[in-house]
Amino acid sequence: MNYLQNIGTYFLMIAEMFRKPTKRSVMMKLILKEIDDLVINSLGIVAFISFFVGGVITIQTALNITNPLIPKYLVGFATRQSIILEFAPTFISIIMAGKVGSFITSSIGTMRVTEQIDALEVMGVNSINYLVFPKTVAMILYPFVISIAMFLGIIGGMAACVYGGFSTLEDYIRGVQLDFIPFHMFYAFIKTLVFAFILATIPSFYGYYMKGGALEVGKASTVAFVWTSVVIILINYILTQMLLS
Amino acid sequence: MIQVTELHKSFGDIKILKGVSTSFEQGKTNLVIGQSGSGKTVFLKCLLGLFDYDSGSIDYDNQKFTDLSDDEKRNLRSKIGMVFQGSALFDSMTIEENVMFPLRMFTNQSESEMRDRANIVLQRVNLENAQKKMPSEASGGMQKRVAIARAIVNNPKYLFCDEPNSGLDPKTAIVIDNLIHEITKEYNIVTVINSHDMNSVMEIGEKIIFLKDGEKAWEGSKETIFRTDNEAVSNFVYSSNLFKKVREMYLKG
Repeated sequence: MNYLQNIGTYFLMIAEMFRKPTKRSVMMKLILKEIDDLVINSLGIVAFISFFVGGVITIQTALNITNPLIPKYLVGFATRQSIILEFAPTFISIIMAGKVGSFITSSIGTMRVTEQIDALEVMGVNSINYLVFPKTVAMILYPFVISIAMFLGIIGGMAACVYGGFSTLEDYIRGVQLDFIPFHMFYAFIKTLVFAFILATIPSFYGYYMKGGALEVGKASTVAFVWTSVVIILINYILTQMLLS
Repeated sequence: MIQVTELHKSFGDIKILKGVSTSFEQGKTNLVIGQSGSGKTVFLKCLLGLFDYDSGSIDYDNQKFTDLSDDEKRNLRSKIGMVFQGSALFDSMTIEENVMFPLRMFTNQSESEMRDRANIVLQRVNLENAQKKMPSEASGGMQKRVAIARAIVNNPKYLFCDEPNSGLDPKTAIVIDNLIHEITKEYNIVTVINSHDMNSVMEIGEKIIFLKDGEKAWEGSKETIFRTDNEAVSNFVYSSNLFKKVREMYLKG
């Protein structure tokens, strides 16, 4: 029953987000600040993880190809497919649920605890529009983060492949270019945009509607991470079924 | 003027407000007092529209709050200043930006006009040199004064304060009380203060409402509170020996 109520409240929050918009000049500044907080500040960790996980994918693929009949360039092919289809859009989004999601929940939750949200409401500001809308708009740039993750993942794979002696640079690049299907990129970016919306709104929901004090802010961040991850995994399954099968 | 008639509010089966009726006049400092759990904060949040009430009515200058459209409510709220118990300053903004915030949201003033106005009200609350500080760098008393400056920057018609001097030392508390009282007179606004600080009651209580278990148990002023024979209000206000002695001395003349 509580889950149903939460789902209903979440969709009411989404509807409220588009009502009584904040002044355009104020909103522009908020969006730019959120782009910095949510997107630009995530690039470092995303780049680091992508590069090294790309390398690990390549090493594991190469080590599992023991049959001499399988060409070495398949290492590049498998790395590209893994990174573009799953690692970059889904795995990075789960990491972002921890990084960006907990930041959103704790910052909005702290505003709730310290009555800053009440202050906005008393002034006549639509606090949901003021707090959640700029985050949602900023996350439209999330596919840019995922593009970098894809690129660095493949570069990391290449470095591991060549310097680990698993195959030659030419073989790896040949594998990366093999049977490229542009629709896979479309699929990956559709997923990414949906995940971006989830990453902005579910943690906001848990922050905005939290009750209690500082301890509850921490709890709300944890719950937000769990539910954001669960929804990303479920939506990933549904979108894959719809778009690829 | 704010007119409250037969205000009822419950949370589930628990009745918090049981038919509170009163009025708050312009240019007067109105205090709502009562023990913790008496319904003061719920009453204030109903006045502000942060809580929907079950029955009764709240009229702002003869306009029923519940009859107002969303835009009218928003317009009304832009005329309300609020000082929260914990100040509720925006952590990510400097003191000056906090004070400029209502102007930025609801006026079309230029950046320099907003800054000038913010500096005038910061001067009014004796914080002319603290503009660039972050709220976390300010003391509790300074934060309260910033909250007052933010509340009055847009020339509000109504000022609400929830325990404005809680957590402050007695000297700073008096400064805050006097500041609110002076601003009420200066701007001719309706001021409603939630308090359980008896110093505030004696200093600035031009109209005092005593809530007990969600009901209005007594109404009067700082002068009449000395002579009241209402047992509930006497037990609350004169619970300390100091105030008992003050009362005795007052009654002896």
